[in-house]
Amino acid sequence: MSYRSNADLGGADERGAIIREPEGEVFHAPWEPRVLALTLAMNATGLWNLDMSRAARESLVDYRTLSYYEIWFAALEKLLSDSGVLKEPAAAAPRVLRAAQVAATLARGSPCARAPARAARFAVGDRVRTRQDVPAHHTRLPGYARGKAGVVTRVHGAHVFPDANSRGLGECPQWLYTIAFEERELWGDDTVQRSTVSVDAWEPYLEPA
Amino acid sequence: MRDGDHEHDSGHEGSTIGPLELRVRALETVLTQKGFVDPKALDALIDAYQCKIGPRNGARVVARSWSDPEFRRWLLEDATAAIGSLGFSGRQGEHMVAVENTGEIHNLVVCTLCSCYPWPVLGLPPTWYKSAPYRARAVRDPRGVLREFGMQLPESTRIRIWDSTAEVRYLVIPRRPEGTRHLSESELAALVTRDSMIGTGLPRAPA
Repeated sequence: MSYRSNADLGGADERGAIIREPEGEVFHAPWEPRVLALTLAMNATGLWNLDMSRAARESLVDYRTLSYYEIWFAALEKLLSDSGVLKEPAAAAPRVLRAAQVAATLARGSPCARAPARAARFAVGDRVRTRQDVPAHHTRLPGYARGKAGVVTRVHGAHVFPDANSRGLGECPQWLYTIAFEERELWGDDTVQRSTVSVDAWEPYLEPA
Repeated sequence: MRDGDHEHDSGHEGSTIGPLELRVRALETVLTQKGFVDPKALDALIDAYQCKIGPRNGARVVARSWSDPEFRRWLLEDATAAIGSLGFSGRQGEHMVAVENTGEIHNLVVCTLCSCYPWPVLGLPPTWYKSAPYRARAVRDPRGVLREFGMQLPESTRIRIWDSTAEVRYLVIPRRPEGTRHLSESELAALVTRDSMIGTGLPRAPA
């Protein structure tokens, strides 16, 4: 019940420098590519899903002090521990990714679009307001965009719903929309960036405005 | 003090093995022995993202859109299919949207919640893209962020920020630089930088 994401950073007071990096500089320690590969290979086993692995990362207590691949590694350890498979001598993965399958598996990916169970509630041009409440589980509505009015600019079809899938409650596909917010709605009247921010939001996050 | 520094330096050169390195190796061994991972698959995954899947893919998409109006239209309408037609598809790019810079509009991509990024066309994200300062400020102070990247947009330019909160991945189509009429598609692709496809940079000027 005390779920907390430590990764929801949009709009936070973060003054650190943004350090540019040349193209092609992908890893910064020899263990980093191993963590990347272990994570991708273990995600492919089917022992957990993408939303569970995101939840495992963002809820790490020390998220903010770890580097990116340290976060991945800590989350992998946590997912393995939660799954219990390392304790069971005879545990087997539902699937094992083989070297010969890697290229095709990456090229195929895991599309999240699903057949919708009902008609979409909103259409392009509709004004909507995002929910205000903070759910006690993984969700994908950023804090800065909660309780804000915006406009539907794109309808993506029904997609796997992370709020359910991350908790093992099934994919529960929901309509997914792009919602555009004017900067003053998000940050206040003295914002002068001439910007709009768009987020992709599932239907349960939205009410008619 | 000086000795301490020296030891630290040696570690960076890889002559000592850090505790994290040991933990990662240990976990890899366990998972291999359990039959959960195939070590050759791990090598193939690393090779894919180190050598095959990177921003040169996206640069080809942009260069094609600059030289082929029909492709550009397709890309803006159905980016997943148009990009797939060039052979780029899959993991972390299953649902693509291309957003085009114009004289009036500049696009900037971020993932404030984690590090969502269009892998099939840009490869793995740079460290700054995953960092707290970029994720925090890109949505709130985009002009300040762009200045840090050396970009000063005209005041009249509208900035559209795309926060990748779902499985939709965004690719910025930068404006084609002036004086490139005579260039071939592969010469054009060489002008397209990774940052220009995230929105934190502009394509190179032709030589």
